[in-house]
Amino acid sequence: MSEPLIEIKGVKHAYQTQAGPLPVLDGLDLSVPEGGFAAVVGPSGCGKSTLTRLVAGLMKPDQGEVWLHGQLVKGPKATVGMAFQNPVLLEWRSILKNVMLPLEIVPTKLSKRQQEDRARKLLALVGLEGFEDKRPSELSGGMRQRASLCRSLVHQPEVLILDEPFGALDAFTREDLWQTMHRLKAEEPFTGVLITHDLRESIFLADEVVVLSGRPAHTQYVMDVHLKGPRDLEHLYTPESAEALNILRHQIQIAQGRAPVEEAAQ
Amino acid sequence: MSWQKVGVPILAMAIFLVLWELLVWANGWPNYKMASPSDLWPAFWKFKHLFVSMGWDTLWRTVVGLLLAVVVGVGLGMVMGFSRVMRDALYPLLVGFNAIPKATVVPIVALMFVGAHDFNTVLIAFMISFFPIAVSVSIGLSTLEPEYRDILRSLGASRVTIFWKIALPKTLPEFFGALKVAVTLAFIGTNLMEIVSPHGRGLGALFDSGKTNSDYPLMFAVLIALAFLGIVLYYVVVALEKVFAGWAERSPT
Ligand SMILES: Nc1ncnc2c1ncn2[C@@H]1O[C@H](COP(=O)(O)OP(=O)(O)OP(=O)(O)O)[C@@H](O)[C@H]1O
Ligand SMILES: [Mg+2]
Repeated sequence: MSEPLIEIKGVKHAYQTQAGPLPVLDGLDLSVPEGGFAAVVGPSGCGKSTLTRLVAGLMKPDQGEVWLHGQLVKGPKATVGMAFQNPVLLEWRSILKNVMLPLEIVPTKLSKRQQEDRARKLLALVGLEGFEDKRPSELSGGMRQRASLCRSLVHQPEVLILDEPFGALDAFTREDLWQTMHRLKAEEPFTGVLITHDLRESIFLADEVVVLSGRPAHTQYVMDVHLKGPRDLEHLYTPESAEALNILRHQIQIAQGRAPVEEAAQ
Repeated sequence: MSWQKVGVPILAMAIFLVLWELLVWANGWPNYKMASPSDLWPAFWKFKHLFVSMGWDTLWRTVVGLLLAVVVGVGLGMVMGFSRVMRDALYPLLVGFNAIPKATVVPIVALMFVGAHDFNTVLIAFMISFFPIAVSVSIGLSTLEPEYRDILRSLGASRVTIFWKIALPKTLPEFFGALKVAVTLAFIGTNLMEIVSPHGRGLGALFDSGKTNSDYPLMFAVLIALAFLGIVLYYVVVALEKVFAGWAERSPT
């Protein structure tokens, strides 16, 4: 019986602002088994990024607990990898050196040579072979985001946290990157949480979609995605997918407080 | 370095000198109104040893003052960049200090440290030039996007590591922008001290002696020497910027 790798129990959190405390999370539960990939969707500003900061140990929740691999999270851990909507690559480093950055922080047994090989392998996996020595400013937005994904995985984190990594990309580039994600997951297994605004993205990438309510957010709805393993884009156009998307869209409307009354009452 | 990069500025300088010569000649101005470039060379030649030794005095005191300004400015900038409280506390003090015209500070400093000419000059050069450095470093650090910090912090990196790996390099373009302003200011500071409180050293003192002896070509020659030193210092900073923050320059496309 394997325990969940990521376990969030009854987390509450409020920000202290000039206008007094702003409750953001209120009774949030989430659990992801080892090798699982959960997508978190919810209205804008409901506290999704706050959730990622809690899982990464960058903040402590006011109440409740975050567990990673059976250990209570008390601060940042080297076993976490993060990527954001903004690829935040360091302009003064080559793409290769950017990808290798975490290895300069995290204790590693790899020799310099092996570190570089690993970074090169990841870059090749996401289709950036030949761009290792370029500067970030020489790459397109989609390519930068690919490099950012490589950086988040280079130190073989147990947990991958992605906060809307594809949010700023055009639709075609985004779909390319979805497929890249499946390729990465097959080669470099990880357990992950993906924050997204895109419902199609959530069912295409994740095994489980978690809908958060409006602020202060709690877990409103959890959907198991029945497709397992790598998928094709055609899967998004099957009747099953259409139905799943409908349910999720409806849940988001409830979370936004916009659902028609008679439906919301069901 | 292309021919254009060197040739164009030299050509521009030559045209400027010719126009200057023509202007003086056409107006028939005497030397005490406006010396012409053709008068300057004899003045340089006559005092060439003085120009070298005085120029050196001005140069090294400016550079020492500037280095001091870099150390203190970066230190203050770091304190203000990382702590909101310190920023609130120090900003008004710094702005007030910077607003005081340094010409009024010169006699005070000269009185405070009587006879310590080198020290006084370096001090003025420092005081006039640390402000832009402190401000730019503090702004650079305090506007660092949180995500940049988070990618390292989430791996357990210490504040010092984050500073060296991210905050410092990311602030370098702003720092060099400020340094270009500061180098000119430090130069002005040095000369202010040398002219207002002369003690027989530096190009400012040479200027002063030209004034006393009504040697107008000498005075103009000093101005040209100052401009020359100023240009050299400025381009040294530009060269350093190319080396350390060249990545911030986008290719013109
Ligand atoms: N450091 C902070 N101090 C005060 N309030 C904050 C802070 N960070 C976030 N908030 C507030 O908390 C709420 C949740 O923020 P969060 O960034 O977690 O939302 P989000 O779900 O990620 O939003 P989005 O979908 O737009 O990315 C927002 O109302 C935001 O204004
Ligand atoms: Mg967010």
